Amino acid sequence: MNNFDMTGKTFAPSRRGVLKGAAAIGAAGLILPHTTTSAAAQTRGGTFRIGIGHGSTTDSLDPGLWEHLYVQTFGSARHNYLIEVGADGQLVPEIAESWSSSDGQTWVFPIRQGVSFHSGKPVTAADVVASINHHRGDDSTSVVKPLLAAITDVRADGNNVVVTLEAPNGDLPYLMTDYHVPVLPSADGKVDANTTDGCGGYIVESYEHGVQATLNRNPNYWKSDRAWFDRIELVSILDPAARLNALITGEVDLIDQVDPATIGMLESRGVARILSIPGNAHYGFPMDSRQAPYSDNNVRLALKYALDRQAMVDVILGGHGAVANDNPIGPANRYFHAEMEAKTYDPDKARYYLQQAGLSSLDVTISVADAAFSGAVDAGAMFSETARAAGINMSVDRVPNDGYWSNVWLNPNGNTPFCATYWGGRAVEDHMFTTAYAAGADWNESFWSNDRFNELLVTARSEVNEDLRREMYHEMQQLVSFEGSTIIPMYNNYVMAVANKIATPEQISANWNFDGFRCVERWSMA
Amino acid sequence: MIALRIALGVGLLFIVSLVIFGATELLPGDLANELLGQSATPETLAALREQLGLNDPAPVRYWNWLTGALTGDFGVSLANGRPISELIGARLGNTVFLALYAAALSVPISLILGILAALWRNSIFDRMANAGALTAISFPEFFVAYILVLWLAQTGLFPSMVRINPTTTFGDRVYMTFLPALTLMLVVTAHMMRMTRAAIINLMASPYIEMARLKGMSPLRIVLRHALPNALAPIINVIALNLAYLITGVVVVEVVFVYPGLGQLMVDAVSNRDIAVVQAVALIFAAAYVALNLLADVLSTITNPRLMHRR
Repeated sequence: MNNFDMTGKTFAPSRRGVLKGAAAIGAAGLILPHTTTSAAAQTRGGTFRIGIGHGSTTDSLDPGLWEHLYVQTFGSARHNYLIEVGADGQLVPEIAESWSSSDGQTWVFPIRQGVSFHSGKPVTAADVVASINHHRGDDSTSVVKPLLAAITDVRADGNNVVVTLEAPNGDLPYLMTDYHVPVLPSADGKVDANTTDGCGGYIVESYEHGVQATLNRNPNYWKSDRAWFDRIELVSILDPAARLNALITGEVDLIDQVDPATIGMLESRGVARILSIPGNAHYGFPMDSRQAPYSDNNVRLALKYALDRQAMVDVILGGHGAVANDNPIGPANRYFHAEMEAKTYDPDKARYYLQQAGLSSLDVTISVADAAFSGAVDAGAMFSETARAAGINMSVDRVPNDGYWSNVWLNPNGNTPFCATYWGGRAVEDHMFTTAYAAGADWNESFWSNDRFNELLVTARSEVNEDLRREMYHEMQQLVSFEGSTIIPMYNNYVMAVANKIATPEQISANWNFDGFRCVERWSMA
Repeated sequence: MIALRIALGVGLLFIVSLVIFGATELLPGDLANELLGQSATPETLAALREQLGLNDPAPVRYWNWLTGALTGDFGVSLANGRPISELIGARLGNTVFLALYAAALSVPISLILGILAALWRNSIFDRMANAGALTAISFPEFFVAYILVLWLAQTGLFPSMVRINPTTTFGDRVYMTFLPALTLMLVVTAHMMRMTRAAIINLMASPYIEMARLKGMSPLRIVLRHALPNALAPIINVIALNLAYLITGVVVVEVVFVYPGLGQLMVDAVSNRDIAVVQAVALIFAAAYVALNLLADVLSTITNPRLMHRR
């Protein structure tokens, strides 16, 4: 009954277009179109130096342990994936020439021929199978193990890789774009997770953990219209002022996490420009819905009306973001529910919901640290101020950054039911919901469990009718927003500053920071 | 005498190693937790703990570590499985380079300033040198560093960050590391200069200096030939202390100038609960302190004939 074939009517026209295009050109033996930017405008050569506010000596080469921008960018410079998320959010074939499934449960990925690792070894279906299996199985330490748990079997069939799922899921191709799952060289069915070898656009020359990495262009890179720079240098600069200084003095060409307070000064220097990219990334305050008073949805709603979202965007994000309506699905997602009733700061409404809960006032404690997101402590203080007018006494407990994710987040000791969190956003709705909102998920930070939501989550995965599917995801967003247990006041833009001598494409990916980590191969010298 | 001092130093290091190991045991959370961060789930945690050998009892881990460290093998980083000696190697070199560079700038300057200040006690020069050195030491290091970046880096004279790789020549290295070295010089000069000045002034009241003066010697000769040799012991001690500080305490300067030294490694390792690296670096820092103080003691003894030739 389900038809996920590329010729079917199951996908949005745009997505089908990509599939068709890939298949047609693949058959003609040509190189795939990466036409999101005009190739004629881009020049080869130059060194692209990036200063990143992450990186430490403990960083691992093992993709199963990647978690911050330094290793993510380093990874996409040297590796390719089965499928790439294009700058416009659509899927672009990479090592997989195309993908298809007759029932949404068994997926076939023909592997691109003629692509080699930096060592010269050709990329085979066996390498892809081993790369996926690295994140599966009992002894895997990969953080995406839960995400790929629905995969029951991965095998090579000639030049194809066949993935079998326990239940149909139309979004599997999106999961294959996850930055944790690059194609690694394998031997005897096992990948060497700690190799710097890959099949991406740049070959690693040196890597000093937590300090810097240098890479040179892969002369045999299969994409002719990518990887414009001759050389990439990634430098870890943890101090925000040092990062800004490095950009101003021309030591680096691109930096992340620009402090909003310094943007005016930077722009007046005339050496660099600010890129502020709206995405699905968001900041939030999860409440443990198992624990009183948060177990009462009226209390949760009272809190949701007791904060000034616009003020938070203005103050905490310096305007580089957008108001969110307690919805983890962002405007860059396909099924974003834009028509949902917006929650504004309304103390009267908050009081009303408190009364519904049978309370005249409410005492809560919010545990915050800037480890959750930059400005979380200030956001907590703002929340506390605005909540007072609604009869909510919120005390702000500033907890240490150190150990935040193990001692505070997810309420492991039972004394931090209300805290702060951030999410990088996900390209697909299912990915986001399954990770943090499905009942029993490891990272369900609010321990929220809603029967209707969980039912929809499973049904929507295999729903083939685009309109029905959209409707389901809208209903799920409505449920999360008005009955969920996570307050999400804002979507934060990815704010970066780039030197004027670097040319950036017109469209920059909202999928992840740094043009979906692909700035290294999509950008060029001006 | 000297042999006894060395034996005491080794004993001290052993005690320090015990303390280091005990202290790291007290940190909340463990490496597996920190390594996986937000991504930790009970099953991945359990798998990782097993792999890393975090389930062994503490005395076993201490013994394994100490015996390894004695043979120069600090084991592998718990966080990424790389040999710790490899992690530390280049960074130790960088740290020592920066410390020596800063010392090469600050020791001569503080000695000269100190001697001249003693020579021209209470003059305008003395007051200016004192006020300048005290002002520099009173500002926090990061503030001094940012001011230098503003004046000397943003004007294009010196780079605002240090990027050393294996192919960097010595000359480039000296040029790139100038700002951090200058920052450190400003921080440590006051201590050494004022000690030099105080020690010499203290001696200037002695009868044998009076004698020299009565013989009609020039003030400079009195200070250099007669006062300074006797003032060396306290000066050497202060220099040793500051050198130890330059090796172990410059993490703030390292961060501002993105300098890959041991301090940054230590901070990284602590926040990541990479216990093996923390222990190794702490042991190196302790060894540096003990060794430099030992050296200071030995040098003080050598400069003092009364201690060298005991009756």
